[in-house]
Amino acid sequence: MRSGLAWAAVAVAVLALALAPLGLGRYDVYILTLWLVTAVAALGVNLIVGYAGQETLAQAAFLGIGAYTSALLAKAGVPFGLAFFAAGGISFAIGLAIGFPALRVQKHYLAFVTLAFSVFVWLVIRNEEWLTGGVMGLKDIERPSLFGASLRPHRLFFWFVLAIAAALTFAMWWLVRSPWGRAFTALRENPVRAESLGVNVRRYTLLAFAIGSAYGGFAGALYAPLVEFIDPAPFALGPSLLFLLMVVVGGSGSFAGPFVGAAVAVLLPEWLRFAESYYLLIYAALVILMMAFCPTGLVGLAGRLWSLRRRPARMAEDEGARALGEAKP
Amino acid sequence: MSAVLEVRGIEKQFGGLRAVDGVSFDVRQGEIVGLIGPNGSGKSTLFNCILGQFEPTAGEVMLDGCRVTGLRPSQLNRLGVGRTFQLLQVFPRLTVRENLILAGQEHQGSMLGRLFGARDAGLSAEAERTIEFFRLAHLADARAGGLSYGQQKLLDVAMAFMAGPRLVLLDEPAGGVNLTMLADLRERLETVNRERGATFVVIEHNMEFVMALCSRILVLAEGRIIAEGKPHEVRRNPKVIEAYLGH
Repeated sequence: MRSGLAWAAVAVAVLALALAPLGLGRYDVYILTLWLVTAVAALGVNLIVGYAGQETLAQAAFLGIGAYTSALLAKAGVPFGLAFFAAGGISFAIGLAIGFPALRVQKHYLAFVTLAFSVFVWLVIRNEEWLTGGVMGLKDIERPSLFGASLRPHRLFFWFVLAIAAALTFAMWWLVRSPWGRAFTALRENPVRAESLGVNVRRYTLLAFAIGSAYGGFAGALYAPLVEFIDPAPFALGPSLLFLLMVVVGGSGSFAGPFVGAAVAVLLPEWLRFAESYYLLIYAALVILMMAFCPTGLVGLAGRLWSLRRRPARMAEDEGARALGEAKP
Repeated sequence: MSAVLEVRGIEKQFGGLRAVDGVSFDVRQGEIVGLIGPNGSGKSTLFNCILGQFEPTAGEVMLDGCRVTGLRPSQLNRLGVGRTFQLLQVFPRLTVRENLILAGQEHQGSMLGRLFGARDAGLSAEAERTIEFFRLAHLADARAGGLSYGQQKLLDVAMAFMAGPRLVLLDEPAGGVNLTMLADLRERLETVNRERGATFVVIEHNMEFVMALCSRILVLAEGRIIAEGKPHEVRRNPKVIEAYLGH
């Protein structure tokens, strides 16, 4: 019954998203697409940080690896489908390698290792001009076509991204509900006990990093054709920190968290446009307040408000039932 | 009967401290062996050396005659060795049932099979039996973190049995458990031993519990085995009395 309701809610949400561009302008559709792409990358961070209890400050680097891989392959005439999986595959392999330090160091030490990797990738993108175009970036990245029809129109491209994001979201949902997801949670809660129960902690740690990073790569492969021009800036350390923040703000370890966090990160700058340069100040203040009063993120906050709203109702029902009981002869 | 576990000259050095100093013993199929000794005598360190948590400085561990020294804990577990830790170790945010399924899932099929297969890894029925056996039925869907200390301890022990191990090493199963539950725990362990032929090594400070449960006792002091025998023999051994009471 409850899972039936949940599925219905998901179907309604996807349908509403699919219909949304019909009533929106070009720029709004762009923002909505950017939100989906950002959420895919944040889903990966949530797997690594929220479920498996590791640290990563390198998701923007993986977004960059995916974006440059797909853009360069597209320019070489490789079809988008192949470029997309190449972007994910390369990120998976590099993510696996990034996981190895996690077998030796933990918490903030691990964060520093991924931070160093993030800076390294950014420097490569900026300095290897023969490959990446350096600070000039890569221009005129073509949007893919499907069955011979170009996805250049913004609405068509949005639906394309929506379909891929939905598939990736379903895959992530399947993953975290599978025995693998249980093993990832065990990793977060007590790796020593998990190991003693036959859980191969090394393998699962590496897999969490590899899969989470692959989501960064997939998001990058969608990001490049969305913006049609890439340069090193969005793949620097700052945006990597922002990805971690999205997961924390949305609700680390909750499945919907990355979507909420990505919405805040993408939409808030739009809403706070009037505040101009004060935008970051306001954003920072909101994050500090939330961390102080609701460390479980916005999803956790929503859950708390929901139970607050329901409790008085249930109490009233109980009162009513008691009154009825007393009224019986 | 043949030895399930053979420990040969295990040593563990921590810097200048020799925590375990050449310990050898055998555990035969179906035995319940107690490992006792004063605090700091090296009991838990010995367990950790046997179970792959620590790499021993010297010595060998054999399981069914095969050398298993240096294997990781997860590999040993998949060979049929279960354990509990001295401090309570359950997964607080998972339910009792989820804790048990987790404890068995890595023994089912392949990695990919687990990813694409059933969510419960086909273990719901076994988890149900274990829950019944350890009398946790009314708590099956409660989060482990919300259980009382004794109930969590029971779950901790139950998890060690989920994968049907042949050998289980329990580190202070009775610590902090109330008297009623203690009798219950002993009776459950005896039943598993009788019905499934599971072999145990138990570290315990509760003398009454360990003397009643075990068929043979090893006494460790300052990293060495100083006495071995039936419970009533060990209890009267002057060396043991001296080790416990001091000089």
